[in-house]
Amino acid sequence: MEQLSITSNDDVVIVRQKVRAHAIDLGLSLVDQTKVVTAASELARNTLVHAGGGQACIEVVQNGMRRGLRLVFSDNGPGISDLDLALTDGWSSGGGLGLGLSGSRRLVDEFTLDSDPGRGTVVTVTKWTR
Amino acid sequence: MDRVPILKIGDVLLVSIQGDLDDQSVLTLQEDLAERVVATGAVGVIIDITAVEIVDSFVGRMLSTIAGMSRMLDAETIVVGMRPAVAITLVELGLSLGGLRTALDLEKGIALLGRTASAPLDDLSAVGQ
Amino acid sequence: MTVQESSSRRRIEDLMRENEDRLVDRWVEISNAPLRGRVVDSDVRRELRDLLRALLRSSESPDGGADLRGLLADLSRTRARQGFTPGETALAVFTLKEAVYELVEADGGEEVLHGYISLSRTIDELGLYTFEAYTAAREKIIADQTEQLLELSTPVVKLWDGIVAVPLVGTLDSARTQVVMEKLLQTLVDTGSEYAVIDITGVPAVDTQVAQHLLKTVMAARLMGAHCIISGIRPQIAHTIVTLGIEFGDIVTKATLADALAFALRQSGVEVVNRRRTRVSVRAEEA
Repeated sequence: MEQLSITSNDDVVIVRQKVRAHAIDLGLSLVDQTKVVTAASELARNTLVHAGGGQACIEVVQNGMRRGLRLVFSDNGPGISDLDLALTDGWSSGGGLGLGLSGSRRLVDEFTLDSDPGRGTVVTVTKWTR
Repeated sequence: MDRVPILKIGDVLLVSIQGDLDDQSVLTLQEDLAERVVATGAVGVIIDITAVEIVDSFVGRMLSTIAGMSRMLDAETIVVGMRPAVAITLVELGLSLGGLRTALDLEKGIALLGRTASAPLDDLSAVGQ
Repeated sequence: MTVQESSSRRRIEDLMRENEDRLVDRWVEISNAPLRGRVVDSDVRRELRDLLRALLRSSESPDGGADLRGLLADLSRTRARQGFTPGETALAVFTLKEAVYELVEADGGEEVLHGYISLSRTIDELGLYTFEAYTAAREKIIADQTEQLLELSTPVVKLWDGIVAVPLVGTLDSARTQVVMEKLLQTLVDTGSEYAVIDITGVPAVDTQVAQHLLKTVMAARLMGAHCIISGIRPQIAHTIVTLGIEFGDIVTKATLADALAFALRQSGVEVVNRRRTRVSVRAEEA
Protein backbone atom coordinates (compact mmCIF):
# COMPACT_ATOMS: atom_id res chain seq x y z
CA MET A 1 0.00 0.00 0.00
CA GLU A 2 1.31 3.38 -0.94
CA GLN A 3 0.04 6.73 0.24
CA LEU A 4 0.69 9.85 -1.83
CA SER A 5 -0.39 13.40 -1.29
CA ILE A 6 -1.62 15.50 -4.17
CA THR A 7 -0.86 19.20 -3.80
CA SER A 8 0.60 20.23 -7.13
CA ASN A 9 0.78 19.39 -10.83
CA ASP A 10 4.00 17.50 -10.17
CA ASP A 11 2.16 15.22 -7.73
CA VAL A 12 -0.30 14.28 -10.48
CA VAL A 13 2.67 13.16 -12.57
CA ILE A 14 4.04 11.17 -9.62
CA VAL A 15 0.66 9.48 -9.07
CA ARG A 16 0.64 8.44 -12.74
CA GLN A 17 4.15 7.01 -12.51
CA LYS A 18 3.49 5.11 -9.27
CA VAL A 19 0.21 3.68 -10.59
CA ARG A 20 1.97 2.55 -13.76
CA ALA A 21 4.75 0.87 -11.77
CA HIS A 22 2.20 -1.01 -9.65
CA ALA A 23 0.15 -1.97 -12.72
CA ILE A 24 3.24 -3.42 -14.39
CA ASP A 25 4.18 -5.35 -11.22
CA LEU A 26 0.69 -6.75 -11.07
CA GLY A 27 0.91 -7.99 -14.66
CA LEU A 28 -1.93 -5.95 -16.14
CA SER A 29 -2.00 -5.98 -19.96
CA LEU A 30 -0.60 -2.93 -21.75
CA VAL A 31 -4.08 -1.67 -22.60
CA ASP A 32 -5.29 -2.15 -19.02
CA GLN A 33 -2.18 -0.40 -17.69
CA THR A 34 -2.88 2.54 -19.96
CA LYS A 35 -6.54 2.62 -18.91
CA VAL A 36 -5.86 2.57 -15.17
CA VAL A 37 -3.07 5.17 -15.42
CA THR A 38 -5.33 7.43 -17.46
CA ALA A 39 -8.12 7.04 -14.89
CA ALA A 40 -5.63 7.82 -12.10
CA SER A 41 -4.54 10.94 -13.96
CA GLU A 42 -8.12 12.17 -14.33
CA LEU A 43 -9.00 11.50 -10.71
CA ALA A 44 -5.79 12.98 -9.30
CA ARG A 45 -6.39 16.13 -11.34
CA ASN A 46 -9.99 16.29 -10.09
CA THR A 47 -8.71 16.12 -6.52
CA LEU A 48 -6.30 18.97 -7.23
CA VAL A 49 -8.66 21.19 -9.24
CA HIS A 50 -11.90 20.77 -7.29
CA ALA A 51 -10.65 20.33 -3.75
CA GLY A 52 -7.28 22.05 -3.91
CA GLY A 53 -5.51 18.79 -3.10
CA GLY A 54 -5.91 15.53 -1.27
CA GLN A 55 -4.60 12.02 -0.93
CA ALA A 56 -4.10 9.10 -3.28
CA CYS A 57 -3.73 5.57 -1.99
CA ILE A 58 -2.56 2.70 -4.20
CA GLU A 59 -2.94 -0.89 -3.05
CA VAL A 60 -2.94 -4.36 -4.50
CA VAL A 61 -6.09 -6.31 -3.60
CA GLN A 62 -7.01 -9.95 -3.94
CA ASN A 63 -10.40 -11.49 -4.64
CA GLY A 64 -10.06 -15.27 -4.74
CA MET A 65 -7.72 -16.02 -7.60
CA ARG A 66 -7.91 -12.55 -9.11
CA ARG A 67 -5.66 -9.73 -8.16
CA GLY A 68 -6.37 -6.12 -8.74
CA LEU A 69 -5.14 -2.60 -8.30
CA ARG A 70 -7.25 -0.37 -6.05
CA LEU A 71 -6.88 3.38 -6.08
CA VAL A 72 -8.52 5.62 -3.51
CA PHE A 73 -8.61 9.38 -4.03
CA SER A 74 -9.81 11.36 -1.04
CA ASP A 75 -10.07 15.05 -0.31
CA ASN A 76 -11.61 17.46 2.18
CA GLY A 77 -12.92 19.78 -0.49
CA PRO A 78 -16.40 21.15 -1.11
CA GLY A 79 -17.77 17.74 -2.11
CA ILE A 80 -20.32 17.05 -4.81
CA SER A 81 -23.98 17.90 -4.26
CA ASP A 82 -25.43 16.14 -7.29
CA LEU A 83 -23.65 12.83 -7.92
CA ASP A 84 -25.71 11.89 -10.98
CA LEU A 85 -24.95 15.21 -12.61
CA ALA A 86 -21.23 14.89 -11.80
CA LEU A 87 -21.15 11.52 -13.54
CA THR A 88 -22.77 12.85 -16.72
CA ASP A 89 -20.57 13.05 -19.80
CA GLY A 90 -19.74 16.62 -20.66
CA TRP A 91 -20.88 18.21 -17.39
CA SER A 92 -18.10 20.19 -15.80
CA SER A 93 -17.75 22.56 -12.90
CA GLY A 94 -14.06 23.15 -13.34
CA GLY A 95 -13.91 24.33 -16.93
CA GLY A 96 -12.71 20.97 -18.24
CA LEU A 97 -14.23 18.62 -20.76
CA GLY A 98 -16.41 17.00 -18.13
CA LEU A 99 -14.98 13.56 -18.80
CA GLY A 100 -12.89 13.17 -15.63
CA LEU A 101 -15.37 11.22 -13.51
CA SER A 102 -17.64 9.73 -16.16
CA GLY A 103 -14.72 8.82 -18.43
CA SER A 104 -12.57 7.25 -15.74
CA ARG A 105 -15.55 5.17 -14.61
CA ARG A 106 -15.49 3.51 -18.05
CA LEU A 107 -11.76 2.81 -17.79
CA VAL A 108 -11.94 0.68 -14.63
CA ASP A 109 -13.86 -2.39 -13.45
CA GLU A 110 -15.25 -0.97 -10.22
CA PHE A 111 -16.04 2.62 -9.38
CA THR A 112 -17.55 4.09 -6.24
CA LEU A 113 -18.06 7.73 -5.46
CA ASP A 114 -18.82 8.94 -1.93
CA SER A 115 -19.31 12.56 -1.32
CA ASP A 116 -20.51 14.64 1.56
CA PRO A 117 -21.21 18.24 0.50
CA GLY A 118 -18.98 20.50 2.53
CA ARG A 119 -16.86 17.62 3.88
CA GLY A 120 -15.10 16.06 0.92
CA THR A 121 -15.11 13.33 -1.68
CA VAL A 122 -13.75 9.79 -1.84
CA VAL A 123 -13.44 8.04 -5.19
CA THR A 124 -12.45 4.37 -5.15
CA VAL A 125 -11.62 2.52 -8.36
CA THR A 126 -10.41 -1.04 -8.96
CA LYS A 127 -8.93 -2.68 -12.03
CA TRP A 128 -8.76 -6.50 -11.99
CA THR A 129 -6.30 -8.69 -13.83
CA ARG A 130 -7.82 -10.88 -16.52
CA MET B 1 10.22 23.50 -15.78
CA ASP B 2 11.21 21.73 -18.97
CA ARG B 3 9.91 23.30 -22.14
CA VAL B 4 9.03 21.03 -25.02
CA PRO B 5 11.24 22.08 -27.97
CA ILE B 6 9.52 23.18 -31.18
CA LEU B 7 11.51 22.47 -34.34
CA LYS B 8 11.00 24.22 -37.64
CA ILE B 9 11.56 22.30 -40.87
CA GLY B 10 10.70 24.33 -43.95
CA ASP B 11 7.23 25.71 -43.32
CA VAL B 12 6.31 22.97 -40.89
CA LEU B 13 6.64 23.06 -37.09
CA LEU B 14 7.51 19.77 -35.45
CA VAL B 15 6.89 18.96 -31.81
CA SER B 16 7.98 15.65 -30.39
CA ILE B 17 6.57 15.08 -26.92
CA GLN B 18 8.86 12.94 -24.78
CA GLY B 19 7.89 11.51 -21.44
CA ASP B 20 5.28 12.51 -18.93
CA LEU B 21 4.29 16.19 -19.05
CA ASP B 22 2.68 17.93 -16.11
CA ASP B 23 -0.36 20.10 -16.79
CA GLN B 24 1.55 23.37 -16.67
CA SER B 25 4.05 22.19 -19.32
CA VAL B 26 1.12 21.15 -21.49
CA LEU B 27 -0.37 24.65 -21.29
CA THR B 28 3.03 26.23 -21.92
CA LEU B 29 3.47 24.10 -25.04
CA GLN B 30 0.04 25.17 -26.28
CA GLU B 31 0.96 28.86 -25.91
CA ASP B 32 4.45 28.45 -27.36
CA LEU B 33 3.07 26.68 -30.41
CA ALA B 34 0.47 29.36 -31.17
CA GLU B 35 3.18 32.01 -30.94
CA ARG B 36 5.55 30.09 -33.18
CA VAL B 37 2.84 29.47 -35.80
CA VAL B 38 2.25 33.22 -36.07
CA ALA B 39 5.94 34.14 -35.90
CA THR B 40 7.05 31.67 -38.58
CA GLY B 41 3.95 31.67 -40.77
CA ALA B 42 4.02 27.87 -40.72
CA VAL B 43 1.48 26.03 -42.87
CA GLY B 44 1.61 22.84 -40.86
CA VAL B 45 2.13 21.58 -37.32
CA ILE B 46 3.09 17.99 -36.62
CA ILE B 47 2.83 16.71 -33.06
CA ASP B 48 4.63 13.41 -32.58
CA ILE B 49 3.27 11.44 -29.62
CA THR B 50 5.07 8.15 -30.34
CA ALA B 51 6.74 8.31 -26.91
CA VAL B 52 3.58 9.29 -25.02
CA GLU B 53 2.24 6.49 -22.83
CA ILE B 54 -1.03 8.08 -21.83
CA VAL B 55 -3.25 10.83 -23.20
CA ASP B 56 -5.86 11.91 -20.69
CA SER B 57 -8.64 14.45 -21.21
CA PHE B 58 -6.30 17.32 -20.39
CA VAL B 59 -3.71 16.43 -23.03
CA GLY B 60 -6.52 15.46 -25.41
CA ARG B 61 -8.06 18.89 -25.00
CA MET B 62 -4.66 20.49 -25.60
CA LEU B 63 -4.35 18.61 -28.91
CA SER B 64 -7.82 19.71 -30.02
CA THR B 65 -7.16 23.30 -28.95
CA ILE B 66 -3.87 23.44 -30.83
CA ALA B 67 -5.59 22.07 -33.95
CA GLY B 68 -8.37 24.64 -33.67
CA MET B 69 -6.00 27.54 -33.01
CA SER B 70 -3.62 26.68 -35.81
CA ARG B 71 -6.50 26.26 -38.23
CA MET B 72 -7.52 29.82 -37.46
CA LEU B 73 -3.93 30.85 -38.02
CA ASP B 74 -4.02 29.01 -41.36
CA ALA B 75 -1.94 25.99 -40.42
CA GLU B 76 -2.97 22.34 -40.51
CA THR B 77 -2.23 20.19 -37.42
CA ILE B 78 -1.50 16.49 -37.63
CA VAL B 79 -0.95 14.24 -34.63
CA VAL B 80 1.28 11.27 -35.44
CA GLY B 81 2.34 8.07 -33.71
CA MET B 82 -0.53 7.47 -31.30
CA ARG B 83 -0.07 4.08 -29.65
CA PRO B 84 -2.89 1.50 -29.91
CA ALA B 85 -3.34 1.34 -26.14
CA VAL B 86 -3.62 5.12 -26.00
CA ALA B 87 -6.15 5.17 -28.84
CA ILE B 88 -8.28 2.45 -27.21
CA THR B 89 -8.20 4.33 -23.89
CA LEU B 90 -9.19 7.62 -25.51
CA VAL B 91 -12.18 5.99 -27.20
CA GLU B 92 -13.22 4.45 -23.87
CA LEU B 93 -12.75 7.77 -22.10
CA GLY B 94 -15.20 9.26 -24.59
CA LEU B 95 -12.77 11.66 -26.23
CA SER B 96 -13.32 11.71 -29.98
CA LEU B 97 -10.81 14.50 -30.70
CA GLY B 98 -13.09 15.62 -33.53
CA GLY B 99 -11.44 17.76 -36.14
CA LEU B 100 -8.00 16.44 -35.31
CA ARG B 101 -6.11 14.83 -38.19
CA THR B 102 -3.87 11.89 -37.45
CA ALA B 103 -1.29 9.71 -39.19
CA LEU B 104 0.44 6.48 -38.22
CA ASP B 105 3.96 7.89 -38.17
CA LEU B 106 5.99 11.01 -38.87
CA GLU B 107 6.62 10.11 -42.50
CA LYS B 108 2.94 9.55 -43.26
CA GLY B 109 2.12 12.73 -41.34
CA ILE B 110 4.44 14.82 -43.51
CA ALA B 111 3.01 13.16 -46.65
CA LEU B 112 -0.54 13.96 -45.49
CA LEU B 113 0.43 17.56 -44.82
CA GLY B 114 2.02 17.78 -48.28
CA ARG B 115 -1.17 16.50 -49.95
CA THR B 116 -3.45 18.98 -48.23
CA ALA B 117 -1.14 21.98 -48.15
CA SER B 118 0.32 21.80 -51.66
CA ALA B 119 -2.96 22.08 -53.57
CA PRO B 120 -4.03 25.58 -52.50
CA LEU B 121 -0.44 26.80 -52.65
CA ASP B 122 -0.16 25.71 -56.29
CA ASP B 123 -3.39 27.53 -57.08
CA LEU B 124 -2.06 30.72 -55.55
CA SER B 125 1.19 30.57 -57.49
CA ALA B 126 -0.80 30.02 -60.67
CA VAL B 127 -2.77 33.19 -59.97
CA GLY B 128 0.45 35.05 -59.29
CA GLN B 129 1.81 34.21 -62.69
CA MET C 1 4.44 -20.30 20.73
CA THR C 2 5.12 -20.60 24.46
CA VAL C 3 8.57 -21.39 25.85
CA GLN C 4 7.51 -24.90 26.74
CA GLU C 5 5.98 -25.43 23.33
CA SER C 6 9.07 -24.28 21.51
CA SER C 7 11.35 -26.44 23.61
CA SER C 8 9.27 -29.54 22.95
CA ARG C 9 9.13 -28.58 19.29
CA ARG C 10 12.92 -28.37 19.29
CA ARG C 11 13.08 -31.76 20.92
CA ILE C 12 11.06 -33.49 18.19
CA GLU C 13 12.97 -31.71 15.46
CA ASP C 14 16.23 -32.93 16.95
CA LEU C 15 14.79 -36.43 16.96
CA MET C 16 13.86 -36.05 13.29
CA ARG C 17 17.32 -34.74 12.44
CA GLU C 18 19.02 -37.68 14.15
CA ASN C 19 16.87 -40.19 12.27
CA GLU C 20 16.75 -38.36 8.95
CA ASP C 21 17.51 -41.31 6.69
CA ARG C 22 15.06 -43.63 8.38
CA LEU C 23 12.37 -40.94 8.40
CA VAL C 24 12.78 -40.12 4.71
CA ASP C 25 12.67 -43.84 3.83
CA ARG C 26 9.40 -44.33 5.68
CA TRP C 27 7.91 -41.09 4.36
CA VAL C 28 8.69 -42.04 0.75
CA GLU C 29 7.27 -45.50 1.34
CA ILE C 30 4.00 -44.25 2.87
CA SER C 31 3.43 -41.41 0.45
CA ASN C 32 4.19 -43.50 -2.63
CA ALA C 33 2.01 -46.44 -1.65
CA PRO C 34 -1.24 -45.01 -3.09
CA LEU C 35 0.55 -43.70 -6.22
CA ARG C 36 1.85 -47.16 -7.15
CA GLY C 37 4.41 -46.77 -9.90
CA ARG C 38 3.30 -43.39 -11.18
CA VAL C 39 6.36 -41.73 -9.69
CA VAL C 40 10.05 -42.56 -9.62
CA ASP C 41 11.17 -43.47 -6.09
CA SER C 42 14.54 -41.74 -6.34
CA ASP C 43 12.95 -38.47 -7.52
CA VAL C 44 10.42 -38.50 -4.72
CA ARG C 45 13.16 -39.32 -2.19
CA ARG C 46 15.14 -36.28 -3.32
CA GLU C 47 12.06 -34.03 -3.21
CA LEU C 48 10.96 -35.16 0.21
CA ARG C 49 14.46 -35.01 1.70
CA ASP C 50 14.77 -31.40 0.50
CA LEU C 51 11.34 -30.65 1.96
CA LEU C 52 12.23 -32.20 5.30
CA ARG C 53 15.47 -30.27 5.55
CA ALA C 54 13.73 -27.03 4.61
CA LEU C 55 11.07 -27.74 7.25
CA LEU C 56 13.70 -28.30 9.93
CA ARG C 57 15.56 -25.18 8.81
CA SER C 58 12.41 -23.06 8.78
CA SER C 59 12.06 -23.06 12.58
CA GLU C 60 15.65 -21.87 13.00
CA SER C 61 15.79 -18.88 10.70
CA PRO C 62 13.07 -16.24 10.34
CA ASP C 63 13.09 -16.35 6.52
CA GLY C 64 13.43 -20.14 6.31
CA GLY C 65 9.68 -20.42 5.70
CA ALA C 66 10.02 -18.79 2.29
CA ASP C 67 12.43 -21.50 1.20
CA LEU C 68 10.01 -24.22 2.32
CA ARG C 69 7.04 -22.59 0.58
CA GLY C 70 9.06 -22.29 -2.60
CA LEU C 71 9.83 -26.01 -2.54
CA LEU C 72 6.19 -26.86 -1.84
CA ALA C 73 5.04 -24.63 -4.70
CA ASP C 74 7.51 -26.38 -7.03
CA LEU C 75 6.23 -29.77 -5.92
CA SER C 76 2.62 -28.71 -6.48
CA ARG C 77 3.43 -27.29 -9.91
CA THR C 78 5.22 -30.41 -11.16
CA ARG C 79 2.49 -32.66 -9.79
CA ALA C 80 -0.23 -30.50 -11.37
CA ARG C 81 1.54 -30.84 -14.73
CA GLN C 82 2.01 -34.59 -14.30
CA GLY C 83 -1.73 -34.91 -13.83
CA PHE C 84 -1.92 -35.76 -10.13
CA THR C 85 -5.04 -34.72 -8.23
CA PRO C 86 -4.72 -31.99 -5.61
CA GLY C 87 -5.61 -34.62 -2.99
CA GLU C 88 -2.68 -36.80 -4.00
CA THR C 89 -0.39 -33.80 -3.93
CA ALA C 90 -1.46 -32.75 -0.44
CA LEU C 91 -1.22 -36.35 0.76
CA ALA C 92 2.51 -36.31 0.01
CA VAL C 93 2.83 -33.72 2.78
CA PHE C 94 0.29 -35.17 5.21
CA THR C 95 1.97 -38.60 5.22
CA LEU C 96 4.96 -37.02 6.99
CA LYS C 97 2.85 -37.14 10.15
CA GLU C 98 2.55 -40.90 9.95
CA ALA C 99 6.27 -41.31 9.40
CA VAL C 100 7.14 -39.00 12.30
CA TYR C 101 4.61 -40.67 14.58
CA GLU C 102 6.52 -43.94 14.32
CA LEU C 103 9.58 -42.10 15.64
CA VAL C 104 7.54 -40.54 18.45
CA GLU C 105 6.18 -43.94 19.43
CA ALA C 106 9.65 -45.42 19.55
CA ASP C 107 10.87 -42.53 21.73
CA GLY C 108 7.86 -42.64 24.05
CA GLY C 109 8.71 -39.37 25.86
CA GLU C 110 5.96 -36.96 26.83
CA GLU C 111 7.82 -33.88 25.62
CA VAL C 112 8.21 -35.38 22.18
CA LEU C 113 4.47 -36.03 22.12
CA HIS C 114 3.81 -32.34 22.84
CA GLY C 115 6.21 -31.41 20.08
CA TYR C 116 4.36 -33.76 17.76
CA ILE C 117 1.12 -31.82 18.21
CA SER C 118 2.83 -28.55 17.35
CA LEU C 119 4.55 -30.13 14.34
CA SER C 120 1.29 -31.66 13.21
CA ARG C 121 -0.30 -28.22 13.10
CA THR C 122 2.53 -26.96 10.92
CA ILE C 123 2.20 -29.93 8.57
CA ASP C 124 -1.54 -29.25 8.20
CA GLU C 125 -0.77 -25.70 7.18
CA LEU C 126 1.82 -26.88 4.68
CA GLY C 127 -0.60 -29.43 3.23
CA LEU C 128 -3.22 -26.74 2.72
CA TYR C 129 -0.58 -24.56 1.15
CA THR C 130 0.15 -27.22 -1.50
CA PHE C 131 -3.58 -27.20 -2.21
CA GLU C 132 -3.51 -23.51 -2.92
CA ALA C 133 -0.30 -23.73 -4.92
CA TYR C 134 -1.77 -26.60 -6.92
CA THR C 135 -4.90 -24.65 -7.80
CA ALA C 136 -2.85 -21.60 -8.72
CA ALA C 137 -0.66 -23.73 -11.00
CA ARG C 138 -3.73 -25.23 -12.66
CA GLU C 139 -5.31 -21.80 -13.17
CA LYS C 140 -2.08 -20.65 -14.77
CA ILE C 141 -2.09 -23.59 -17.16
CA ILE C 142 -5.71 -22.90 -18.12
CA ALA C 143 -5.08 -19.19 -18.58
CA ASP C 144 -2.04 -19.88 -20.78
CA GLN C 145 -4.03 -22.30 -22.92
CA THR C 146 -6.90 -19.85 -23.31
CA GLU C 147 -4.47 -17.19 -24.43
CA GLN C 148 -2.78 -19.53 -26.90
CA LEU C 149 -6.17 -20.46 -28.29
CA LEU C 150 -7.04 -16.80 -28.72
CA GLU C 151 -3.75 -16.15 -30.49
CA LEU C 152 -4.32 -19.09 -32.81
CA SER C 153 -7.86 -18.15 -33.67
CA THR C 154 -7.09 -14.57 -34.60
CA PRO C 155 -4.57 -14.25 -37.40
CA VAL C 156 -3.92 -10.79 -38.77
CA VAL C 157 -2.90 -11.17 -42.42
CA LYS C 158 -1.32 -8.75 -44.84
CA LEU C 159 -3.38 -8.41 -48.04
CA TRP C 160 -1.30 -5.79 -49.77
CA ASP C 161 1.37 -3.29 -48.98
CA GLY C 162 -0.37 -1.06 -46.46
CA ILE C 163 -3.51 -3.20 -46.17
CA VAL C 164 -4.04 -5.79 -43.44
CA ALA C 165 -7.07 -7.94 -42.70
CA VAL C 166 -8.39 -9.99 -39.84
CA PRO C 167 -10.84 -12.71 -40.87
CA LEU C 168 -13.00 -13.53 -37.85
CA VAL C 169 -14.50 -16.98 -37.64
CA GLY C 170 -16.89 -18.36 -35.08
CA THR C 171 -18.72 -16.85 -32.16
CA LEU C 172 -17.27 -13.62 -30.90
CA ASP C 173 -17.34 -12.91 -27.22
CA SER C 174 -16.30 -9.70 -25.64
CA ALA C 175 -12.87 -10.96 -24.46
CA ARG C 176 -11.94 -12.45 -27.83
CA THR C 177 -13.06 -9.38 -29.75
CA GLN C 178 -10.92 -7.24 -27.48
CA VAL C 179 -7.82 -9.38 -28.05
CA VAL C 180 -8.35 -9.37 -31.83
CA MET C 181 -8.79 -5.66 -31.91
CA GLU C 182 -5.69 -4.93 -29.85
CA LYS C 183 -3.69 -7.23 -32.09
CA LEU C 184 -5.06 -5.60 -35.24
CA LEU C 185 -4.21 -2.10 -34.04
CA GLN C 186 -0.70 -3.18 -33.06
CA THR C 187 -0.23 -4.73 -36.52
CA LEU C 188 -1.15 -1.39 -38.10
CA VAL C 189 1.73 0.21 -36.20
CA ASP C 190 4.19 -2.62 -36.81
CA THR C 191 3.56 -2.81 -40.56
CA GLY C 192 2.79 0.86 -41.13
CA SER C 193 -0.51 -0.08 -42.76
CA GLU C 194 -3.14 2.60 -43.25
CA TYR C 195 -5.98 0.24 -44.10
CA ALA C 196 -7.48 -2.55 -42.02
CA VAL C 197 -10.25 -4.87 -43.12
CA ILE C 198 -12.27 -6.65 -40.45
CA ASP C 199 -14.03 -9.51 -42.19
CA ILE C 200 -16.91 -11.02 -40.23
CA THR C 201 -18.20 -13.41 -42.91
CA GLY C 202 -17.58 -16.34 -40.54
CA VAL C 203 -19.36 -14.78 -37.59
CA PRO C 204 -22.89 -16.10 -37.11
CA ALA C 205 -24.11 -13.40 -34.72
CA VAL C 206 -23.01 -10.41 -32.72
CA ASP C 207 -24.36 -8.97 -29.50
CA THR C 208 -24.37 -5.37 -28.36
CA GLN C 209 -21.01 -5.65 -26.61
CA VAL C 210 -19.23 -7.18 -29.59
CA ALA C 211 -20.74 -4.60 -31.94
CA GLN C 212 -19.57 -1.88 -29.55
CA HIS C 213 -16.05 -3.34 -29.54
CA LEU C 214 -15.98 -3.35 -33.35
CA LEU C 215 -17.13 0.24 -33.32
CA LYS C 216 -14.52 1.27 -30.76
CA THR C 217 -11.78 -0.42 -32.78
CA VAL C 218 -12.75 1.55 -35.87
CA MET C 219 -12.67 4.75 -33.83
CA ALA C 220 -9.32 3.87 -32.23
CA ALA C 221 -7.82 3.09 -35.65
CA ARG C 222 -9.05 6.45 -36.87
CA LEU C 223 -7.36 8.19 -33.93
CA MET C 224 -4.14 6.45 -34.90
CA GLY C 225 -4.45 7.66 -38.47
CA ALA C 226 -5.67 4.48 -40.14
CA HIS C 227 -8.91 3.45 -41.82
CA CYS C 228 -11.06 0.41 -41.02
CA ILE C 229 -13.41 -1.35 -43.37
CA ILE C 230 -15.86 -3.95 -42.09
CA SER C 231 -16.77 -6.60 -44.63
CA GLY C 232 -19.00 -9.64 -44.82
CA ILE C 233 -21.83 -8.44 -42.59
CA ARG C 234 -24.60 -11.03 -42.78
CA PRO C 235 -28.20 -9.89 -43.13
CA GLN C 236 -29.00 -11.16 -39.60
CA ILE C 237 -26.11 -9.17 -38.15
CA ALA C 238 -27.13 -6.05 -40.06
CA HIS C 239 -30.60 -6.56 -38.63
CA THR C 240 -29.23 -6.96 -35.10
CA ILE C 241 -27.13 -3.82 -35.38
CA VAL C 242 -30.05 -1.75 -36.63
CA THR C 243 -32.46 -3.22 -34.06
CA LEU C 244 -30.05 -2.60 -31.19
CA GLY C 245 -29.82 0.98 -32.35
CA ILE C 246 -26.03 0.92 -32.58
CA GLU C 247 -24.87 3.85 -34.64
CA PHE C 248 -22.37 2.62 -37.22
CA GLY C 249 -22.30 6.13 -38.62
CA ASP C 250 -19.79 6.80 -41.35
CA ILE C 251 -17.95 3.49 -41.03
CA VAL C 252 -17.17 1.95 -44.40
CA THR C 253 -18.86 -1.44 -44.80
CA LYS C 254 -18.52 -3.75 -47.81
CA ALA C 255 -20.38 -6.90 -48.78
CA THR C 256 -17.31 -9.10 -49.22
CA LEU C 257 -13.62 -9.15 -48.37
CA ALA C 258 -12.87 -8.72 -52.10
CA ASP C 259 -14.95 -5.55 -52.28
CA ALA C 260 -13.19 -4.24 -49.17
CA LEU C 261 -9.77 -4.95 -50.69
CA ALA C 262 -10.78 -3.26 -53.95
CA PHE C 263 -11.97 -0.23 -52.00
CA ALA C 264 -8.75 -0.03 -49.96
CA LEU C 265 -6.62 -0.38 -53.10
CA ARG C 266 -8.55 2.37 -54.84
CA GLN C 267 -8.25 4.63 -51.80
CA SER C 268 -4.51 4.12 -51.60
CA GLY C 269 -4.15 4.90 -55.28
CA VAL C 270 -3.52 1.42 -56.63
CA GLU C 271 -5.30 0.52 -59.87
CA VAL C 272 -5.99 -3.08 -60.82
CA VAL C 273 -6.27 -3.63 -64.56
CA ASN C 274 -7.47 -6.79 -66.24
CA ARG C 275 -5.42 -7.11 -69.44
CA ARG C 276 -5.83 -9.90 -72.05
CA ARG C 277 -8.05 -11.97 -69.82
CA THR C 278 -5.47 -13.71 -67.67
CA ARG C 279 -2.81 -11.13 -66.93
CA VAL C 280 -3.43 -8.81 -64.08
CA SER C 281 -1.09 -5.90 -63.81
CA VAL C 282 -0.90 -3.44 -61.04
CA ARG C 283 0.22 0.12 -61.24
CA ALA C 284 0.63 2.49 -58.38
CA GLU C 285 -0.54 5.99 -59.06
CA GLU C 286 1.28 8.84 -57.53
CA ALA C 287 -0.76 10.27 -54.78
